[in-house]
Amino acid sequence: MAQTRKSQLVDPLIDNNPITLQVLGICSALAVTSSLKVALVMAIAVTLVTAFSSMFISMLRNQIPSSIRIIVQMVIIASLVIVVDQLLKAYAYEISKTLSVFVGLIITNCIVMGRAEAFAMSNPPVASFVDGIGNGAGYGLILMVVGVIRELFGSGSLFGITILPTVNNGGWYVPNGLLLLPPSAFFVIGLLIWAIRTWKPGQVEEREYKIQSVEAH
Amino acid sequence: MSDTNANKGFIRRFLDMPPDSTVKTVTVAVVLCLVASMVVSAAAVSLRPVQDLNRLRDKQRNVLEVAGVYEPGMDIAEAFSDFEPHVLELATGEFTDQYEIDTFEELATSGDPALVRALDEDPAGLGGTQQIFQMVYILRDDAGAIDKVVLPIEGYGLWSTLYGFIALEENGNDIYGLQFYQQGETPGLGAEVDNPRWKALWNGKKLRDEDGALQITVAKQPPAAGQDYYIDALAGATLTSRGVDNLVRFWMGEQGYGPFLERLKAGEI
Repeated sequence: MAQTRKSQLVDPLIDNNPITLQVLGICSALAVTSSLKVALVMAIAVTLVTAFSSMFISMLRNQIPSSIRIIVQMVIIASLVIVVDQLLKAYAYEISKTLSVFVGLIITNCIVMGRAEAFAMSNPPVASFVDGIGNGAGYGLILMVVGVIRELFGSGSLFGITILPTVNNGGWYVPNGLLLLPPSAFFVIGLLIWAIRTWKPGQVEEREYKIQSVEAH
Repeated sequence: MSDTNANKGFIRRFLDMPPDSTVKTVTVAVVLCLVASMVVSAAAVSLRPVQDLNRLRDKQRNVLEVAGVYEPGMDIAEAFSDFEPHVLELATGEFTDQYEIDTFEELATSGDPALVRALDEDPAGLGGTQQIFQMVYILRDDAGAIDKVVLPIEGYGLWSTLYGFIALEENGNDIYGLQFYQQGETPGLGAEVDNPRWKALWNGKKLRDEDGALQITVAKQPPAAGQDYYIDALAGATLTSRGVDNLVRFWMGEQGYGPFLERLKAGEI
């Protein structure tokens, strides 16, 4: 591998971001970004699960029969997610109440499976672990950006601390209710992808078709 | 090959097998499932006591909050010990010693058919059945007289079942507070049932008028009975407000705590 440890960590932040470039893990990004605190916990949980599942899968990679490799990956990921869920319920009860089903849905997060299948199956454990951390961080970065926008303009606060006092609480700010609903994250992520691809045109995918000019006779 | 294989240990020979052979596929699957299930059950079993305690503390904190006793950072278990828990039979409005207080919650959630009755009318959207017994909490003042009663309530809103508590004054008619500890209504609209300003509207309202008719209403317009019985509905959350209206009227009515409130008013508790 030509990749250094540092590039493994830094690349997924912008250049190879799982959400904005690979467009993976969108569903959980819609669900958990209405408040920053929840988004942060989700980002940490996904990072840990991706890193450790990649590491374990990489350790077993020479023993995993290819005919059942997806199931083997799922079992490892699912076990880790259940352990994380149990830990949250025990030591971060308030947050686990807000995350509710979304912790369990880390299992279906495409980033975890994607990194296991694309990277961990053909690379050594330490590299896979770092790769998992990097991709989790890239996912987390986008979650935080979306979370800041949604929480600030949707409920007028950041991390639950009031920045713009809302009308409901006797202030002046009329919150944008759309931002609290999942579809708004689609718009925010779409705009982010647009911004990043304008800044780094190399990320723009080639068109699958080309409109040709035809001369009329 | 066979000579060298014989010299190796069992595990070594297994690891050297080609991954795609049938034996290896089956063995890997079985071993992995065993290990994974052990890890998962170990985590679940060892963390259960902490989790149960969290759930209990959360519920207790809500009882404290609705009765207006809660302050951030206080010792919840100690403050909660001031409350007197009782298992109440709804139909008679009398306390029963039939069940242990400590194990009642577990029993009530077990779905035992002996603890459930069918409902003819189900305005609160409970799915046609209702628990016969409810755990209620009584807070007494220093002289030992009843100060407040905290009653659990539940009902369907727009998307979800709302679970909460209502706190009543000692006369069984004046509302001290109402709050939900679990709900999944629309953020920013129905979920504003958790807004402290809206919850504060309940304080000081009355359930019944002088003739004993249930008048409490959550609506857009004040009812004929007047402001004392009126909670302004949530803006933009018509169905959640209707759900709260239905569930409060249901639980405060004859099918709910009606008989108990009668006895409370008559000073029989």
